[in-house]
Amino acid sequence: MAALTHPIRSALRGARQGAAGDRRVELALGAVASTVLLLCAGMVVFVVLKAWPSFEANGLGWFASASTDEQLGEIFKSPSNPDQYVYEFGAWALIWGTLLTSGLAVVIGVVFAVFTAVFIVEFAPSKVNRVLVPTVRLLAAVPSVVYGLIGILVLVPLAAEVLVTTERKESVAYFVQLTGACWLVAAVILSIMIVPIMISITVDALRAVPRSWTEGAAALGVNRWRVITTISVRAARPAIIAGMILASARALGEAIMLSMVAGSAAWAPNPLDGFTFFLEPVRPLASTVVESAEGLSVEPFGQTIYAIAAVLLVSSAFLSWAGWFAKRSMRRYGIEPGGATQ
Amino acid sequence: MTATEPHLRSATPPQVGTAPQSPPPPPPIRRIVVTREPTVADPPPPGAYGEAPGSRTRRRPSPPRTATEVVERMRTEDLRLFYGDNEAVKGVSLPVRRGEVLALIGPSGCGKTTLLRSLNRLTELTPGASRQGRILLDDQNIDELEVTTLRRRVSMVFQQPNPFPMSVFDNVAYALREQGSKRPRKAELQEPVELALERAGLLREVQDNLDHPALRLSGGQQQRLCIARSLAANPEVLLLDEPCSALDPRSTEVIEELIVRLRETVAVVIVTHNLQQAHRIGDKVGFMFLGDLVEHGDASQVFSSPREPRTAEYVSGAFG
Amino acid sequence: MSAVPTTVKPTDPRGSSREWPLRDRVALACCWIAGLSTCAVAFLIVGYLAFKGVQYLDPSLLTSRPSAETDQSRSGGFLDPIIGTVLLTVLGTLIAVPLALATALWLTEYGRPFWLARAVESGIEMIAGTPSIVLAIFGLLVFQQTVFGFLSFEAEGGSVFGRSFFTAAAMMSLIALPLLVGSIREGLQAVPRHVREASYALGKTKAATIRRVLMPAIRPSIGSGTVLGMGRIAGDTAIVVILLGGTLQLQGFGDVPLLSTLRGNGSTLTSYVYVNSPAGEGSAPEKAYAAAFVLLLICIGLNLLVTRLARQTSPASAR
Repeated sequence: MAALTHPIRSALRGARQGAAGDRRVELALGAVASTVLLLCAGMVVFVVLKAWPSFEANGLGWFASASTDEQLGEIFKSPSNPDQYVYEFGAWALIWGTLLTSGLAVVIGVVFAVFTAVFIVEFAPSKVNRVLVPTVRLLAAVPSVVYGLIGILVLVPLAAEVLVTTERKESVAYFVQLTGACWLVAAVILSIMIVPIMISITVDALRAVPRSWTEGAAALGVNRWRVITTISVRAARPAIIAGMILASARALGEAIMLSMVAGSAAWAPNPLDGFTFFLEPVRPLASTVVESAEGLSVEPFGQTIYAIAAVLLVSSAFLSWAGWFAKRSMRRYGIEPGGATQ
Repeated sequence: MTATEPHLRSATPPQVGTAPQSPPPPPPIRRIVVTREPTVADPPPPGAYGEAPGSRTRRRPSPPRTATEVVERMRTEDLRLFYGDNEAVKGVSLPVRRGEVLALIGPSGCGKTTLLRSLNRLTELTPGASRQGRILLDDQNIDELEVTTLRRRVSMVFQQPNPFPMSVFDNVAYALREQGSKRPRKAELQEPVELALERAGLLREVQDNLDHPALRLSGGQQQRLCIARSLAANPEVLLLDEPCSALDPRSTEVIEELIVRLRETVAVVIVTHNLQQAHRIGDKVGFMFLGDLVEHGDASQVFSSPREPRTAEYVSGAFG
Repeated sequence: MSAVPTTVKPTDPRGSSREWPLRDRVALACCWIAGLSTCAVAFLIVGYLAFKGVQYLDPSLLTSRPSAETDQSRSGGFLDPIIGTVLLTVLGTLIAVPLALATALWLTEYGRPFWLARAVESGIEMIAGTPSIVLAIFGLLVFQQTVFGFLSFEAEGGSVFGRSFFTAAAMMSLIALPLLVGSIREGLQAVPRHVREASYALGKTKAATIRRVLMPAIRPSIGSGTVLGMGRIAGDTAIVVILLGGTLQLQGFGDVPLLSTLRGNGSTLTSYVYVNSPAGEGSAPEKAYAAAFVLLLICIGLNLLVTRLARQTSPASAR
């Protein structure tokens, strides 16, 4: 028979245990949450540390223009003596390729996204909306390798047949091969991939514009298109910017689709080539990392690749913080950004 | 229990230690003393609190009007409005004339605002709303007009001031800018904007800086800005949906004065909950109850000697 | 002047666009084009892949194991990649859910000191925005240290391979983590404050409240977050390519049955498609189409499941 302890004392002990238990739980949960933070910090630290020799050896020239593929080859063939490691590297071709593909994708994407968002919110009959809204979510769910597959098996040969004429090929034959796998096709596919993010943010923001404004504008005799553009889209500008930032972060990090479609040559397309400029191949930063994965065991090569990853990490971290900031400032206007961002 | 002054008896506390007896009596109920005369505060000496704004006149004396000044601009003919199956307005026929203020009064939910919104086809923004009967603007059926043209000729001011998040100038110039394909230059807009602000009684307060953000104005100023915005396109009819209900008395007075000034150039229809306001500024009054137009006539007649018993009850405050 | 009043029902309550200026009509047409072409693009993608996939997919592909043959008719199917996808998704989610649960609970229910909570939130945002290739590279860096040798293949010379299902799943969990944390936090914030206060008023500690009251309430959020995360994990290629070793068949390492597979290498549907496309070895576009079709079905299926779960949650959270 358990001893009948004094009721008050056992209650107090239970409460103390409860409070102590509570504290233990709080510490345990907090510890787990902090490991997430440590993971982030660790990621930045380790990647930059591993990448440091490459930055140190090249200084700011790391970002300069050079024949990148040849340099990578030289680095890979470095002798195994650490004193004789080759580090010389200029990543401008890769950076320019990234800027071109992501930039064009975001520009095409934002125009498309704003028109589609306006359509969804204002002009689409409800039957069309019932198809369109799930379709946008579906586009976000398609894996990037599937986009890449369709790109490389359908769009690239199409570009090769239709856009790459013999004379264009010859005009740049000395420098680079035009195979139809080019940054234009890559940017178009990339824009399809990032459009759903921007559409969902913009739709939420358009719907959050106070009805008193839109009704007041309609009552002044302004037609529906003008009301939406001059009042709603104007009020949703911060949201559109936030969507563009988040979409850029996504576009920057896309490796697989771009490595399949963009041509895999570390070449900086030259705008002075006219239309052929669009048909030249590139290999953005992320794709370079994916394609060079086998060579990571060679020390200087690995460090160079980690340097590229470090640049990606820092720029995407910066963009996602900026996007998060922008989304939080949207809350000041009373707009609740919806659901999960892909 | 004694009959007099029971509140003077104190309750006896239960004795400790004695054997339990019958429970102690409940505490006495204190009776309100009703025998004394009620106190009445003395009225304040005249001029103690300064001039009260509304105390000058019970009703603004309007200048005598000749018949030619009153021109019919709009009229409804047996207008019925439905929200789904629910009939919100039942067979209303009303004229709207320039030169007079038509005040629509009635308790909440009786169809005044619905009727007002149908005059510029704003009910069409509500899904499920439908209409029977005709509304004529200058003898032309408004259904035959393009809706944006109609809304420029029949303008509306809402209950809550809703200036756009732009400058004062951009707000007033909004309607003028968003018409047609050619966008007028700022210099061309300066004059109409200032004229509209003048008519709305706001020009003097904002003319130093027309680029001041509209949302930073006070409530009364914002509402006058909304009135100026509606006047910018020179409408023929101005609809006001309880424009002063969200404002303080000082702003209300200013707006009421400008409404009375405006009636010379624009036909004014105002929906109001405030009987005193209708009395102050209305020339013609329409009393609506549960969707029916119960009575329509001159303000003095409706308020002092209404024909219908319902009107008499409402006007005297029997219900609301 | 008609004797019988006709009901004017606003057929197009928003007014016709016939009278609009040309600029506006062109813009309206652009809106329609944008909306309809979004639908068209989606249908084209799914339709084309379905067409090609059905053409090349036959059930034997789903059940036979791949082998490295140059003759496509004898190179087998993609059973191993399918198993690989399933293994990776399940393992990655298993790692992510407790982490996300703890983090979300701490952020919403405790969250002190404040600077730490904001830092953790920024950390989650940063992980959400990090490209998966960078996560993969980081994973390689970490798991090639000798201290993690038990997670993957360890050669005699002491060098750790670093590529295995364990390591890939660990990094995949980071992809699912922000989605799960976001979903669970939403679920927690949707529980009204008076529910918690009622529990405290009954004398329950905070920990007990969390366990007895909140956890059951957020089960749907955990569910939908998990499915969201699974969809992302199933569709990711970069981590698989870097951290899973790239062998066609599942190659275990060691003797313990399940653990050996998880310590070993393999492939998933995503890497299978990548390798079989012209970007990889490129010899089998038909297999690539078939596998891509199966992959697409999985991802779309998971996405539909999320929608269904979300619809179930919203009436419940509207209490």
